[in-house]
Amino acid sequence: MRSNALCNRIGDLFEKAEGKVLSMFTTAGYPQLDDTLRVCKALQDAGVEMIELGFPFSDPLADGPTIQRSNERALQNGMSLSVLFEQLQGLRPAIRVPVLLMGYLNPVLQYGPERFCASCAEVGIDGLILPDLPIDEYCERYQSMFADYGLRSVFLITPQTPPERIRRLDGLATGFLYVVSVASVTGSKLAVDDSRKQYFQRIHEMKLSSPTMVGFGIHDRLSFEDSTALLRGGILGSALLQALEKSNDIESDVRAFVHAIRSDS
Amino acid sequence: MNYNVDTRGFFGSFGGAYIPEMLVPNIAELQACYREVIEEAAFQSEFQQLLRDYVGRPTPLYPARRLSEKLGYPLFLKREDLNHTGAHKINNAVGQILLAQRLGKRRIIAETGAGQHGVATATVCALMGIECVVYMGEIDMHRQAPNVQRMQMLGATVRAVTSGSRVLKDAANEAMRDWIANPEDTHYIIGSAVGPHPYPDMVMRFQSVISEEIRWQLPAQTPYTLPHSIIACVGGGSNAIGAFARFLDTPEVALIGVEAAGKGLDSGETAATIARGREGVLHGSRTLVMQTSDGQITEAHSISAGLDYPGVGPQHAHLARTGRARYVSATDEQALAAAHELARLEGIIPALETAHALAYLAQHDAGPDEPVVLCLSGRGDKDMAAYSEHHRKEMSF
Repeated sequence: MRSNALCNRIGDLFEKAEGKVLSMFTTAGYPQLDDTLRVCKALQDAGVEMIELGFPFSDPLADGPTIQRSNERALQNGMSLSVLFEQLQGLRPAIRVPVLLMGYLNPVLQYGPERFCASCAEVGIDGLILPDLPIDEYCERYQSMFADYGLRSVFLITPQTPPERIRRLDGLATGFLYVVSVASVTGSKLAVDDSRKQYFQRIHEMKLSSPTMVGFGIHDRLSFEDSTALLRGGILGSALLQALEKSNDIESDVRAFVHAIRSDS
Repeated sequence: MNYNVDTRGFFGSFGGAYIPEMLVPNIAELQACYREVIEEAAFQSEFQQLLRDYVGRPTPLYPARRLSEKLGYPLFLKREDLNHTGAHKINNAVGQILLAQRLGKRRIIAETGAGQHGVATATVCALMGIECVVYMGEIDMHRQAPNVQRMQMLGATVRAVTSGSRVLKDAANEAMRDWIANPEDTHYIIGSAVGPHPYPDMVMRFQSVISEEIRWQLPAQTPYTLPHSIIACVGGGSNAIGAFARFLDTPEVALIGVEAAGKGLDSGETAATIARGREGVLHGSRTLVMQTSDGQITEAHSISAGLDYPGVGPQHAHLARTGRARYVSATDEQALAAAHELARLEGIIPALETAHALAYLAQHDAGPDEPVVLCLSGRGDKDMAAYSEHHRKEMSF
């Protein structure tokens, strides 16, 4: 299981990808309980290069209405970390792209942090995004555990994050930095205005050692291209979930959604 | 034993700031300055002046003669219900609005359950001429309708929360989301001793005026020097921590928190978090939380909207774990009966939240020379619909 540590799909991706990296977030167990791998496969087949798989939480306080609804629905469907790890037994080798788990800390605490990392490594998860895990606690209790199980860490930065903290997070991240594009919960649809361009410029000029992936507010081709112009790639979540919410045919709807963002895929 | 917050924002193993990066700058700003600002002479003088002239402090420590006779021990009621706006919540709201002004914030947000904190926040915002948005669960807006009207009359915008279980916990989620979207000009006035550090400690400091006054009123007005015990209801736990604060390091004073058992501790419909919760993270702090084995937060149940919360302040979790305070519970029915009893014996209609503390008194063990202080945290006008319905049911038997 620790062979994960030797070669990591996230590192390989950023090393090899030539254009902007396209990543997508989806909620595990959504729209139906057993759709988790089906959606991942459809995303991979449509050309998505990295997947963030959200495990649902009852109180997602950094998320807007779309992801809140997907969390509620997934929980109603019966999703839990135990069910998810069972489903993910079939993740590899069918899914070749890097897959990260993303979610709130409380379910991880109840599952047991070490057991959680072990389960991630066992099914071939490449990295973790736990936005409400405090940095000091990460350094004290999680950093070496993540490393032992070959899991890459991802940290968020926002337009309000001071430069010295960005440097610290850059030093700690082993996967990438998640550049939150705007002060907002997930799912806002904002144009890339001058203040966001200046923010991306500022991040670009810091010449950070971690790859920078921008997320929050990307919902179409224009916002993807504008947001990623100076950064390594971009992440879409709410817009995809909205497409899935109405979907009768996951494969073709995911393909259409991804191609509308980037037709060369 | 240290019962107060440490330099890292923890009470023992509880507390901390478990927040997404979007909230880190706001919280870091507060962490960096709150103690310094609160301790400034100019701040304290303005705070004390407002508590006296606007809120109406000190509140009386009233010897409840008829209830004492019935109970067999001397009972004193700390009359927080006589504060302006009718509950202890205003103490914290006044403190935080002064802090917000010093931070240059131009907009205030708050969550509310029973509406008492929302009313207190709307009140201080009107006083200072600051915009105010209050998030309130749709279900609570219905069961505490008079408070919705009060907030609106005071100029606040009340936003109905339709997500999740549509009560206090969900209102707190929505307020956090608002704060994420408005990180620079907005201050979030949390109403209870919950949330990320420094909120639990800050709210305790503003509410500790309750125990400060008990500490001098009891020897000044009665033959006793110290209370035998102090009793208060606990949802998030702000009135209780305020009533306990100055006695934490006086071990001869017993501290008792009364949680809302709802329909019973084992009914599956309860809000008694210390009795039924496990360690977890909710609303930015590590504390006791009612949750499933998968770590999903469960819905609390209490007839009292102010106690209807699946978490509890981290300092209470610490006081429970160390044994410094003892936590008991009272059901919906017991609370309703206790409210009627206080009305008939003392001519005081208490809030439903407070009624839970009153419901415990009959089981409390104290002798005829052992003075007991109960924090009468709020008045019951807002709960008249529930009281009338209960009264009708009792009469129909």
